[in-house]
Amino acid sequence: MEVDPKKCVACANCVPVCPMGAIFIDPAINRATVNLDECVECFTCHRGMSKEHMNPTLVRAVRRVAKLFRFRFEPEPDVCPTDALTPQELAWPRVIRRAFSDPLVPHESTGIHGRGTEEVKTNDVTDRVKEGEAGFTIEFGRPGVGVRFRDVQKMTTALVALPVEFEDKNPVSSLITDRATGALRADVLDEKVMSAILELKTRLEHVPAVLERVEAVAQGLRTIVSIGVSTRCDAAGDDRLAPVLAREGYVFFRGKTNLGLGRRPTPASA
Amino acid sequence: MTNTLHRFGAPETQRDDYIVFAMASKGINDVGSAEKLRSFLALAVKHGPVNVGNAIKGGMYRPSENLTPLAHWSRPADGDPEAVVRSIEEPSTVAAVFDDVAKVEALLRDLKAADLGISVNIASLAAEANACCKRAGLTRHSIEYSLGFHGDLNQLPDRHVLELSTMCGHGMVSHNFARKMIDLVRENRRTPQQAAATMARFCTCGIFNLTRAIRVLEQARKGE
Repeated sequence: MEVDPKKCVACANCVPVCPMGAIFIDPAINRATVNLDECVECFTCHRGMSKEHMNPTLVRAVRRVAKLFRFRFEPEPDVCPTDALTPQELAWPRVIRRAFSDPLVPHESTGIHGRGTEEVKTNDVTDRVKEGEAGFTIEFGRPGVGVRFRDVQKMTTALVALPVEFEDKNPVSSLITDRATGALRADVLDEKVMSAILELKTRLEHVPAVLERVEAVAQGLRTIVSIGVSTRCDAAGDDRLAPVLAREGYVFFRGKTNLGLGRRPTPASA
Repeated sequence: MTNTLHRFGAPETQRDDYIVFAMASKGINDVGSAEKLRSFLALAVKHGPVNVGNAIKGGMYRPSENLTPLAHWSRPADGDPEAVVRSIEEPSTVAAVFDDVAKVEALLRDLKAADLGISVNIASLAAEANACCKRAGLTRHSIEYSLGFHGDLNQLPDRHVLELSTMCGHGMVSHNFARKMIDLVRENRRTPQQAAATMARFCTCGIFNLTRAIRVLEQARKGE
């Protein structure tokens, strides 16, 4: 993302809007400026802010007069008055930033919007995580910190030695070039994204070992790691995962509950 | 889209927060799912959600491409849930946010009767969702638990900011913007309702809970 200096009036509304804190008013030019190394191309500024399309010269003149009298502005905080935020043409590997950061762009590897994953949300249809198994969603960069793939690789390489199975239909899995080592594509390692989710599954008895490894690696990363663990419930709706997590000392109360209303199409309706 | 799982806050701060969302599985039952998703959201709207959204078209609170300067004095704060229902034209994830478990229970009864055949999930306190399912005559199929945040926690802001910013799990409501909204409310330059609606416009999936946001902003104003 870039800011058009001909349009920008340095109102600074876009500064706090940026989830990565990558926008600032450059005192040398008195215009908003994007730190492109920190920008993850999430398009929050461009899409999230409302636009007025006002004449920049007029707005600057009004602002200069108001500044002279030390008026306190009360502008709407989510408006770019002159539509100054301008998307760039993104080439590889920078384009991967948008794929992992803008929820309105589907991941090419899975065709799914958001973070490109279905996880346990469609487990009633896919049966991906079965009774006796645990599905992990290990998410990097959230909330509001971001992550470079070099840190994601530290986790993938640490987990391959454990009895885990990486989910194939997952954008991070599609970047793993060597399943034996967990190495990711070298040309994306320095790219920064809003969030990346590593998905894997294992048997319930291996959950403590996986959690121990994930927590140990997370301690050495310069980002946040959010952990989700899922399982399929039995016929009564009870699950065998909760007692495992409780034994490991985890406090957990929030969850995503799949109601079991989905189903595969019957041959007649397909 | 684990954008609903890791909302920050103690259990007692999440009792007015239920996200019910529906999606089809790509390549399995997504063909023709748009009509079912529309039916799902139309049923949800009937029960009075505080927000609704279509993940690929936006929520009921949206930014405007063509505001006039008059918006600075008279900006409409209400969203249009019916417009979101009409916007569903292709497979997507659609969501409705409720602040009352009784409304969720009533919706689940409707969904059970409608038998749409697409996956429906509730992101909320897990025990509350399970109890709600049982009351509605449903047995949960799968459960995913949030084990919270790990790693370099020094990078996280204070609890009020986190409670607000994590209500858009895709991170479109930045920590700095949530902090700015808290400051505007504390300085009495915006009402909590205005600040909540402003933040909701950034959440493209429409899962930002305005009721909870207003409560958090009121607490932050008083320093509670």
